[in-house]
Amino acid sequence: MTDVVDVSTALGRPIKRKEDARLLHGQTNWTDNIQLPGTVHMAILRSPFAHATITSLDVSGALAMPNVVAAYGPEELGDLNGSVPCVWPVTDDMVAPDFPALAKGKVRHVGDCVAVVLATDNQSAVDALEAIVVDYEPLDAVVNMEKAISPDTAYVHDDKGTNTCYVYNLGGGYDEKVKEADVVVKRRFINQRLIPAFMEPRSVVAAPMGMSEEITLWSSTQVPHILRLLLALVTGVPENNLRVIAPDVGGGFGGKLQCYREEILVTQLARKLGRPVKWTETRSEDMVATHHGRDQIQDIEIAAKSDGTLVGLKVDLIANMGAYLQIITPGVPLLGMFMYPGIYKMGAYDFKCTGVFTNTTPTDAYRGAGRPESTYAIERIMDELAAELGMEPMELRKNNWIKHEEFPYTTIAGLTYDTGNYELATARALELFDYDALRAEQKQRRESGDPVQLGIGISTFTEMCGLAPSRTLGALKYVAGGWEHCTVRVLPTGKVEVITGTSPHGQGHETAWSQIASSILGVPVEDIEVVHSDTGRAPYGMDTYGSRSLAVGGQAIKAASERLVEKARIIAAHQLECSASDLDYVNGVFQVKGDPEKAQPLGAVAFEAFTAHNLPDGVEPTLSAEATIDPEDFSYPHGTHLAAMEVDTQTGKATLRKYVCVDDVGIQVNPMIVEGQVHGGLAQGIGQALYEGAFYDEDGQPLNANLSTYLVPGAPDLPSFTTDTTCTPSSTNPLGTKGVGEAGAIASTPAIINGIVDALRPMGVTDVPMPATPMTVWKTIQAAQGGK
Amino acid sequence: MHDITVTVDGTTYHKSVEPRTLLVHFLRSDLGRVGTVVGCDTSNCGACTVLVNGRSVKSCSMLAVQADGATITTIQGVSDGNEWHPVQSAFKECHGLQCGYCTPGMVMSSIDLLNENPAPSEEEIREGLEGNLCRCTGYHNIVKSVKRAAELMEEGSK
Repeated sequence: MTDVVDVSTALGRPIKRKEDARLLHGQTNWTDNIQLPGTVHMAILRSPFAHATITSLDVSGALAMPNVVAAYGPEELGDLNGSVPCVWPVTDDMVAPDFPALAKGKVRHVGDCVAVVLATDNQSAVDALEAIVVDYEPLDAVVNMEKAISPDTAYVHDDKGTNTCYVYNLGGGYDEKVKEADVVVKRRFINQRLIPAFMEPRSVVAAPMGMSEEITLWSSTQVPHILRLLLALVTGVPENNLRVIAPDVGGGFGGKLQCYREEILVTQLARKLGRPVKWTETRSEDMVATHHGRDQIQDIEIAAKSDGTLVGLKVDLIANMGAYLQIITPGVPLLGMFMYPGIYKMGAYDFKCTGVFTNTTPTDAYRGAGRPESTYAIERIMDELAAELGMEPMELRKNNWIKHEEFPYTTIAGLTYDTGNYELATARALELFDYDALRAEQKQRRESGDPVQLGIGISTFTEMCGLAPSRTLGALKYVAGGWEHCTVRVLPTGKVEVITGTSPHGQGHETAWSQIASSILGVPVEDIEVVHSDTGRAPYGMDTYGSRSLAVGGQAIKAASERLVEKARIIAAHQLECSASDLDYVNGVFQVKGDPEKAQPLGAVAFEAFTAHNLPDGVEPTLSAEATIDPEDFSYPHGTHLAAMEVDTQTGKATLRKYVCVDDVGIQVNPMIVEGQVHGGLAQGIGQALYEGAFYDEDGQPLNANLSTYLVPGAPDLPSFTTDTTCTPSSTNPLGTKGVGEAGAIASTPAIINGIVDALRPMGVTDVPMPATPMTVWKTIQAAQGGK
Repeated sequence: MHDITVTVDGTTYHKSVEPRTLLVHFLRSDLGRVGTVVGCDTSNCGACTVLVNGRSVKSCSMLAVQADGATITTIQGVSDGNEWHPVQSAFKECHGLQCGYCTPGMVMSSIDLLNENPAPSEEEIREGLEGNLCRCTGYHNIVKSVKRAAELMEEGSK
């Protein structure tokens, strides 16, 4: 059977997005736009203390305030006060404290929920919070991670008697192997705490349906399917009675991959009150109550021969859990665990991670989730090793990376990288960057003592995408699988529904998924509707995170579309009175081989399947097919990123002059969307390097939990980027795709810091803390110069 | 309560508002003009930007009572129905949006910027959009979109 689809019409083209019309005309359905009749609005009283005992709580004053319907503390809420779930017990002896939606007796971070008020309008609910009387007895706050695991500390959860959540070990051969090394370089890197800061604040609406037990929940979540399951488990609402819809969602970056306490509260209170309940966070709430990301102390040791050949790597992490565990809090550092060796060959790798509780906002997945941290560590220490050896940093990398002819390659961490060509991506990046000319300029500036020094930052990264093979997740004690589902239906009019389990929030799935289906079905992109993010309409799915949607979900679309064509072929053959094997399928039309005038378009087959007047024996009416795909393995996109940093040695200001990246993300479905994903990732990674960081004082008070002081980069803070791609198709999925959502955020942070350190190395600088603000860089220079 | 008269996207409204009501909440809650969105509470993000008497204003930084007598244009009023303003067209053409949450404000600020400066340089665009945060695009394609919009508007005015 020769099926011909002119894939140039759909796959691989930069088709403009279907999503944009509504987004550009203000016709979007954000959760906060939903205003159901009879809605009550929830406002939350949050803890102003990082750690305190609640000695008394009286919500009765709020009930006397205008328009107030109800007010609850944990006592009044009773059994409806559900606990936030953690689905990744990474070790058998992991300490997993209870995380009640409303704090019981103690608050453990600024922003912890103390009480709620429900009123007929939002402003009345907020006003009534003032009438709640709480007495707190402040306790010593645990803020510093190292102090938290020292003997002289208070406990975040005193009933646990420890602040250590878990200790995880991998490997074990480093100490023996290191004896072969000529050079050992040790560094401590601080991968600072970040706030996802998606632009749409979180919002939740829950509506009970009449007298039945049914509840519909709208939430600005990345994970409607996972949320439905977890809410059912937490609240006891039967899963089949719970419908979760993520309408238009304004960004997530991991921050909306959660079963949040506010989602639990809204669901429970809608049940209790029998009317719709709505809650939308303020930005200032978001920045203390939405989970944070990163926050690791990384002690890294790398060993090499004098010729630069790597011998081994030792990683010792302390990872901040925050005050409680949320959905995958303890697992995030382990997502990075496998990636510390990066693209390099070496003989030994030891990994240790200590998860620690502190009186801070809980951490969890943020764009890259563990992999930006690992990539930062390996790419930074490679530059330090190069300096120690007196080698060009790119040469050191070339001498140690996996060569293109060595793929598939099983790394020292035990992963098998599918495909890649680091040589090709690097050669292209060096050319676009004009590397040699910039090195010459750097030399000239050094020699002339220019106050503005030039540095070149390199990052040759890889990451693991396509979460995930279910068996691998099981081996890591994650309690769910990593499959993805798709159902494709051709409606009687010939229009197509692609029902996916992925849940986009900016990634353009409505466009890209249409392109995949179009390339197989031969139906125009505009005749395909992608149905998503509603457990009522798209019941099966594992949602969107971890650069999985295309690498996993895309396979399901391909498989379901191909199965649909095979079912349609049987019906078409019956209609055309030939055998199925006599039919070609060309751009949406079944044609009899050698007699293309005898043809039946897919729409006509679909109508036949609908009327069912003349179907072949044994063929069921309606034309649909489904596929649920468990990925065979991860995919490994990679790339070479280069940053030219100008550092004013007198003021400490580091300016990104030029950024070039060449990424290999395998086969691209829509290069325009791919490029946009890279741009956005770069901005977040550069943001970590230069601008962002969520900090606390010693009492656990957040110092910059608002958008005035937490510096999300603005347009003047970034340059335009030079991006390009190379392509080695992935061998772990039939589309050959790899994943791109996190690449830019993973690769760019070390490129920027390597560039700053490279500029300042002649001044004795060997590291610069993040974010590398002018003050920080200036202080680093002063310290390196002996405090002059 | 104060009585105000405001023309929003071509419709004139007579409403009573609390003195403390912000313009953005008036637009969203009182008028149901939910195309304009709220992204922060410190006037940093610019997602709520509208035109008040033709100039861009962050509608979270203005009280509804201050808009009494004003003519306001929101993202829902820059083009009729299914029509496209050149700035809207350019953002689609250049992939200047991803999640789309900053987009209403970004489009309104861009319109104001181009009214002021019909042929801005990259630096002028970046400075001009300083008050509008985007977390998805890294601004690269937003800058391209505004440049493209300038071309489209130049062509349209010929």
